[in-house]
Amino acid sequence: MSKNDTVHPHSHPVPLERFWMNTVGDQGILGFCLRWGVLLLFAAYFFVPLLWLVLATSKSAPQLLELNPLAFGSFQRIQEAWQRIIEYQNGEVLTWAFNSIRYVVLGLALSLASCIPAGYILAIARFPGRHLILWLTLITMLLPPSALVLPMFMELNLVHLVNTQWAVILPAAFFPFGTYLTYIYYASSLPPELLDAARVDGCSEVQLFWHIALPLATPLLGLLAFINFNTNWNNFFGPYVLLNDDKLFNLPVGIQQFVAATSALRPGFNPSPGIMVGYQQAEAALFGLIMVVPVAIVFLIAQRYVIGGAFTGSVKG
Amino acid sequence: MTNQTAPLPVLPLANKPRFAGLSHWRRHLVAYLFILPYALFMLAFGLGPGLYALLISFADFSTGKVRYFAAGFGNYLAVFKEFRFSFTFVNIGEFLLISVPLGIAMVVILAMLLQMRPGRLSTALRTLYFVSGAVTGPVLVLVVIFMLDPSISPFQGLLKGMGFQLTNDVIYAGSLPIIFTLMGFFAGAGMWIAIQYGALEAIPTEVLEAATIDGANAWQKILFIKFPLIRPYVIYQFILIFAGNVQLFVEPQILGGGNNLGVGGNVPTVWSPNQLAYNFAFEMGNFGAASALSLILLAIGLGAAYLIIRWTGFFNIEK
Repeated sequence: MSKNDTVHPHSHPVPLERFWMNTVGDQGILGFCLRWGVLLLFAAYFFVPLLWLVLATSKSAPQLLELNPLAFGSFQRIQEAWQRIIEYQNGEVLTWAFNSIRYVVLGLALSLASCIPAGYILAIARFPGRHLILWLTLITMLLPPSALVLPMFMELNLVHLVNTQWAVILPAAFFPFGTYLTYIYYASSLPPELLDAARVDGCSEVQLFWHIALPLATPLLGLLAFINFNTNWNNFFGPYVLLNDDKLFNLPVGIQQFVAATSALRPGFNPSPGIMVGYQQAEAALFGLIMVVPVAIVFLIAQRYVIGGAFTGSVKG
Repeated sequence: MTNQTAPLPVLPLANKPRFAGLSHWRRHLVAYLFILPYALFMLAFGLGPGLYALLISFADFSTGKVRYFAAGFGNYLAVFKEFRFSFTFVNIGEFLLISVPLGIAMVVILAMLLQMRPGRLSTALRTLYFVSGAVTGPVLVLVVIFMLDPSISPFQGLLKGMGFQLTNDVIYAGSLPIIFTLMGFFAGAGMWIAIQYGALEAIPTEVLEAATIDGANAWQKILFIKFPLIRPYVIYQFILIFAGNVQLFVEPQILGGGNNLGVGGNVPTVWSPNQLAYNFAFEMGNFGAASALSLILLAIGLGAAYLIIRWTGFFNIEK
């Protein structure tokens, strides 16, 4: 692990020169400017939309047009937007939020409960069919979930699970990437001698897993939970196709319905028939933030797991 | 070159029994019990839908009743003959051509630039890039509509400078591949930058020190040492991004017609192949053709992954 890759063979005692080495170093002055130019340009690209979204919740439709795009409106407007969202269809947003949480938590529990024992046993045991499972895991891991949504609809329709919460929760429980990461993790970090020693002491295979392997997997659990949470919290295509009762929607499908059914995105225009008026961009922006903030928090916590190399270990060159 | 990447795990050798002391069949039974829940989920939600789609793609739905194997290759022919088939595939082709190389190149460049001189500022920037990944799906579409509206966007100076006055000037059929590229990059780049950053951090210090002593500057080290060493991760990114982008659905579906977002008139109702499959199923009631098209898309994603894996010798679990 190199924390600092700029090792200089000669150190300079003169402060100005040392400052130069620390900031510009072997990049050259042109390289230094180019590097920061590019990095800051992309910082604007990634950050300004987020900042705008937060500020938009505080502005009325006319204020959005008149004020500077990055100016703040008023707290009162935020409260008003909140009120409108909560009152939309008698609090349907809360139902959607509650659905989202339920789907994500149950999906996460089922996926971890199935993929961790599987990845563990693939790493430590040899049995007929092991290679088949590993290869199928690799293949299904590369499949984007959206590839299976339509076939999934037909399959679930066959067993009458379409338009029930299980149509969203059960597919989320299949987590091949989790199994693969668990497999790599145990294969590279669980010494077989440790298991053998415990077996000699009379540990059963289940006890081995529960008392030795599982406690070792804490950093892995963090990464798996992050990936799984992120995928399922934002899952749109699945619920969009598999659910049609709006009481069962999650937040992503809910927000789509909200902006489609209200004047939120086009407050100044004559609405088409059936469109609910009185909603402005601030409501849409606040609804968006309700969805984004939990994920953003999870992202901030999870970043170190991603950098920490759990992913890095998962790719074998 | 690829085998030099440092902390890749040493995988256990195949066929080395570890369950000492247990009888043969009991060992296997325990293993199967551990794997059972996962295998069931895989069967039901990984392989099951795929196999069922294969079955359905040969079934006939024209009478309103399912008649298995009655259609032969009729559904596949129906997909190829569909007047929007080439339209949607040209669209997705343009999108892939722009989004995949550009996305990968920018991710690698940004990860390199961040990592070449680690420090508090570069950590802060990396976090900033990463957090925007929290915005995806419908919220991302919302944000993009706001960002591309010259009357309210924080980038209005840029948009107006380019001669755009209305959202409809910016969002139109021809600009969609670029817009979807910008969206995908906004939501996905931060995660990939973090992964590539992790890979760069894992390069052994001695290798870079040796290069420094040999007189390589920061840029030469990136080009001749760091890039070859993170190549496996770049390939991995390529496979996942390609397979994911072929399946584009959410963005054009929400942006598209009839959704009252103010841009509907400019965005075709069916733009991507996956939308066409959805249209086959839920507008035309032809689930056979929908399945056939889903399988074609699947085959493209898997085929590309397979070619890349074969071509690069990447991902060979347990030689």
